[in-house]
Amino acid sequence: MELATWTYEGPPHIGAIRVAASMEGVHLVLHAPQGDTYADLLFTMIERRKTRPPVTYTTFQARDLSGDTAEIFKDACRDVAERFDPQLMLVGASCTAELLQDDPGGLAKTLDLSVPVVPLELPSYQKKENWGASETFYRLVRACSSGWQGDSGPDAERQKTCNILGPTSLGFRNRDDVEEVKRLLADLGVRVNVIAPLGATPADLARLPGAGFNVVLYPEIAAPAARWLKKTFGQESVTVQPIGVGACRDFIAAVCACAGLPDRAKCMQERLSWYSRSIDSNYLTGKRVFVYGDATHAIAAARICEEELGFKLCGLGTYSREFARDIRAVAEHYDVAPLITDNHLDVEDAIIAAQPELVLGTQMERHVAKRLRLPCAVISSPVHVQDFPARYSPQMGAEGANVIFDTWVHPLMMGLEEHLLQMFRGDFEFHDDVSASHLAAVAPQDHSASRPVELASVEPEADEPDVLTWTDSAERELKKIPFFVRGKARRNTENFAAERGLNPITIETLYDAKAHFGR
Amino acid sequence: MTTVIDRLNRPLKKKPSGGTAETPRPVLRERGQHEVFCGLTSIIWLHRKMQDAFFLIVGSRTCAHLMQSAAGVMIFAEPRFATAIIGERDLAGMADVNDELDKIVARLLERRPDIKMLVLVGSCPSEVIKLDLSRAAQRLNAEHHNNCRVMAYSGSGIETTFTQGEDTFLTALIHDLPAAAAASPQSLLVVGTLGDVIEDQFARIFQGFGIEHFSFLPSRLSSSLPAVGSNTSFILAQPYANDAAKALIGRGAKQIAAPFPLGEQGTTSWLSAIAERFNVGTARFAATTDPGRARARQAVAHSRKDLQGRKVFLFPDSQMEPSLARFLANEAGADILEVGTPYLHKNHVSGELACLPETILVSEGQHVDNQIDRARAAKPDLIVCGMGLANPFEVEGFTTKWSIEFVFTPIQGYEQAGDLAELFARPLRRRALLKVEA
Ligand code: SF4
Ligand code: SF4
Repeated sequence: MELATWTYEGPPHIGAIRVAASMEGVHLVLHAPQGDTYADLLFTMIERRKTRPPVTYTTFQARDLSGDTAEIFKDACRDVAERFDPQLMLVGASCTAELLQDDPGGLAKTLDLSVPVVPLELPSYQKKENWGASETFYRLVRACSSGWQGDSGPDAERQKTCNILGPTSLGFRNRDDVEEVKRLLADLGVRVNVIAPLGATPADLARLPGAGFNVVLYPEIAAPAARWLKKTFGQESVTVQPIGVGACRDFIAAVCACAGLPDRAKCMQERLSWYSRSIDSNYLTGKRVFVYGDATHAIAAARICEEELGFKLCGLGTYSREFARDIRAVAEHYDVAPLITDNHLDVEDAIIAAQPELVLGTQMERHVAKRLRLPCAVISSPVHVQDFPARYSPQMGAEGANVIFDTWVHPLMMGLEEHLLQMFRGDFEFHDDVSASHLAAVAPQDHSASRPVELASVEPEADEPDVLTWTDSAERELKKIPFFVRGKARRNTENFAAERGLNPITIETLYDAKAHFGR
Repeated sequence: MTTVIDRLNRPLKKKPSGGTAETPRPVLRERGQHEVFCGLTSIIWLHRKMQDAFFLIVGSRTCAHLMQSAAGVMIFAEPRFATAIIGERDLAGMADVNDELDKIVARLLERRPDIKMLVLVGSCPSEVIKLDLSRAAQRLNAEHHNNCRVMAYSGSGIETTFTQGEDTFLTALIHDLPAAAAASPQSLLVVGTLGDVIEDQFARIFQGFGIEHFSFLPSRLSSSLPAVGSNTSFILAQPYANDAAKALIGRGAKQIAAPFPLGEQGTTSWLSAIAERFNVGTARFAATTDPGRARARQAVAHSRKDLQGRKVFLFPDSQMEPSLARFLANEAGADILEVGTPYLHKNHVSGELACLPETILVSEGQHVDNQIDRARAAKPDLIVCGMGLANPFEVEGFTTKWSIEFVFTPIQGYEQAGDLAELFARPLRRRALLKVEA
């Protein structure tokens, strides 16, 4: 048993619904208890989808358990075949139905439906949402394109066409990323064969092998399908995700290599590079940033922080266990400790320990950052309704880089304000408890303390000799350091004092430590 | 007679056909896909109501995901609900589920010493694997009773629909209520979660009636649970508290039957039933309620022009549908086409249904696709439905009111009657206002 208030991913059947809801002509019959239809409103509310997602739930109740739940499932399948007449039917079970062991796949087979049925195994007690989506997509791709009879020999024209794999319903900014990547590919002279699962039909999936190569936009969703396409049809994959300027260049280079085109990476036109170079961005240098999200977005963010915005990464983590190794490699490259966890309390602890000046994360990190009064921007699912915006807001490609620059810099204190805050520390209307003038009134506070509830239990005895204390004047001097670096200063000073056996900490110690560590 | 039977002044209009409440109205019972929440969702308002309670769901990742999707916009430093997610090891019997649960509870209570009542909430998975949470609660109670009371109820989708989760919670709570002494004075117990502001308004009215001993269930703190006994009279403030009513009767309390306090008429009937039981005089009743009645009528009038003659179709959601339909028909002048409810407790809502014309279809349970077909064919001006259906209906050109707002918004009593009407009127006014299409 595992205790959770928030979960970064839903159960695997949510992933299956996302894939079904992304496509046209596919209907999912889900064996599930009454109540699990809550998933529909992720689509109708958060994503503001205009139609009901193509899912029929059996919604069995307790009184059905003594009877024949298998029969209820079969009725639902027959009903769906007749009412919705899909081109393809997916069948699966949610966590409760998994315990009943009714075997949706086997049952559907006995029905002799005229609709092709793809059964899904979704182990709810082991796997999660993204796994469910990637498994569903893989099963669909296999089922639809195995029978490919078309040409797959070398052909220069075919080589210049690709599939875009991975965008799904409820994916973070997937809608606009697809547009941006299509534009990028068109500029290179690469034709798009099929985009899937978003907007594709089963017939489109059958055409996947017709492309020269695959662009894997979201490995969390499309990596297994791409691997299978490579194994079966020899299609290469572009596995760089074009998020950030450098990554876009690498992406273009990889696409050109696959398509047999000269590398045109230099042609990228975005504004991030200049904005980040312009002297106004000088104050961004070395800002400590904590990054957490799915692996794709976290890895991309780490690179943008370090190489394109001049931030200093102080934490990098993901909940995508499937990609733990990739995260570890990137973390090592930038010399931070990797955090592989899906426990939001661990993430919170890591944020507190890292003392960042900016948090880039998911909806959950937004909660944490709000409580710690830290600036924060969202870079990855899970996200709430405000992160399915009306305006064009990709993360990928040239425009994605522009969007990212604005979004990440926005929550930070503006340069001039930051300087004045240092000059006039105790200013009566311009002090720690007011935030940057261009932001909503979120008062920052000293977050160098740990989580309040837990702190109480570790409060040291006042007269314990080996406990570090601060003299009142040192504590007052510390307060004069701007709030966004105060936590870091407190910790550095305490480490410095502890190493040297200095106790209590005086103003001298504070400044000695400052000199020792630099900013 | 010293009691007021204000209902004799026709606060609730009887249906025109002249039939009586005893004539059973045909009810369409359907079985198919139910597009409803499970009882776990009740935690969202229950944990706000009971300020020292923590709700621990014993369930799966799906249950945690539901809570997060439903409550995700509420940003709390330390939310007072969580899920103990059953894992593979628990199912394979590699871990003793009860031991695991004990460990989690111990850790939780250590971390949150401010919690005075821990509520174990059963889910579909915990019920299918037959994990006995009532026994677990007993065991944990023995261990932690010094600092925390532990109780259990079911919020699973297989057992409960949406607001029924509160009913199972209240029922469990009622078993825990202290017994009132046989000689204790007559007291009033109001059952079903109400907004704090509404409780305060009703409290002032009860004081105006001269009722000295009254309390609300659930109480705001687990330490102030009301006592119950044969001198307790209780009245339901929410139509879904059916098992709770049975449990209270089981403990000797006497039920006051009444329609539910929605709108000016519903509230007056509800209050007059109480007044009757507590022998409140006519003059006193009038003096206490007349100003509120006048204000409520005035406030509802603002929305009446938007609702008059509008055809309304209600999908099942919270069991409040019959009361909402009665309010819409009687006080706002709307035409009701269908009243769906997840569960129809004949006795508790017969008063509401009796005021509705015979032409109205009452349906219990759901076959959502069939019901959508009926709604489309009936071409209502307003569809009251859940969030899974609302936007798709809007795209088809229908106007909708998403139903869970009736549970999350203060709508009971005189001072909220106008707000209640406004909830229905707003989407209609909005559709008229916007010059853009979906
Ligand atoms: S903001 Fe989020 S929680 Fe609120 S109604 Fe919209 S989708 Fe639901
Ligand atoms: S209690 Fe049942 S219906 Fe509710 S979320 Fe959990 S599994 Fe789904």
